Amino acid sequence: MKHWIALLCAALLCGAVLAKEAPPAAEDEAVEQRLNVIAEELRCLVCQNESLAGSRADLAQDLRREVRKLIKDGKTDVEVKDFMVSRYGDFVLYRPPVKPTTWLLWGGPFLLLIAGIAALVFYLRRRGRTMTMTATTLSADEQKRATALLAEEEGKQ
Amino acid sequence: MNRFLIPLAIFLVLVGFLAVGLTLDPREVPSPLVGKPAPAFDVPQLAAPDKRFAPKDMLGKVWLLNVWASWCVSCRQEHPLLVELARSGLVPVVGLDYKDQREDGLRWLRQHGDPYLLSGFDADGRVGIDYGVYGVPETYVIDKAGVIRYKQIGPVTPEALEKKILPKVKELLQ
Repeated sequence: MKHWIALLCAALLCGAVLAKEAPPAAEDEAVEQRLNVIAEELRCLVCQNESLAGSRADLAQDLRREVRKLIKDGKTDVEVKDFMVSRYGDFVLYRPPVKPTTWLLWGGPFLLLIAGIAALVFYLRRRGRTMTMTATTLSADEQKRATALLAEEEGKQ
Repeated sequence: MNRFLIPLAIFLVLVGFLAVGLTLDPREVPSPLVGKPAPAFDVPQLAAPDKRFAPKDMLGKVWLLNVWASWCVSCRQEHPLLVELARSGLVPVVGLDYKDQREDGLRWLRQHGDPYLLSGFDADGRVGIDYGVYGVPETYVIDKAGVIRYKQIGPVTPEALEKKILPKVKELLQ
């Protein structure tokens, strides 16, 4: 029995020793806040739908460490983003810059909106025209019937 | 007639876009480093911790920088190709052991063969960040002036080697 307890204790100790070191606690509140704001805007490249702030991937941790260092070195937000873009491309930015290659990306939704409105206007106009056309023109036959009916009405009175 | 043709046309355009989208790999992010000088670094060598390696040691040569790690599963997939490439002597391959333990890296090379001229040891992944590494393995083709000419993301496949990497190397050697 004693052996078992000793073994259990040893196993538990092992666990404690092997457990991963906790990430360094935020020493500087202001740095951490800026890190979070910047990291929210950056994409984690390992799991592409997560931001750098939210990702638990190894690379994301390394990059957060790197961004933290840059902030402590007194770099501005723009400089930190440039650091990331020069390595991973515009793809790391959740809000890509407006430039010739991204014009379609930024303008596309508005183009679609304009095309939709144009199609709607075109359709409404055409429908309006066909409705007035069908309302005013009668074929010779219809005309004859209409006059006959009107004459009948008049005859009754 | 128009009533069917227009939706059909829109549908076909949509199918076209989706078909192209299927052939693209969203994990392949074009690297902004292609066409730029390879970032400088200076790291200890994997096999000889007292010796160092810097990319400028390779100036004047066309070479490949292959980022690998013993924990990387798909590195195993490309490794035989690299061993074969090293045997052919077409182009020197320098390894960069990324975020690894020295012991593990050395054992891995003993097990699977060592195609590298030498391997740099990037223990904390700092060099990897400068090279925009986000998924090991990655391979860079670097020209005589030290400019990155091509980046292979993910394992080197026979197809990529034949169609992209080797033609690039041959072009740069001329």
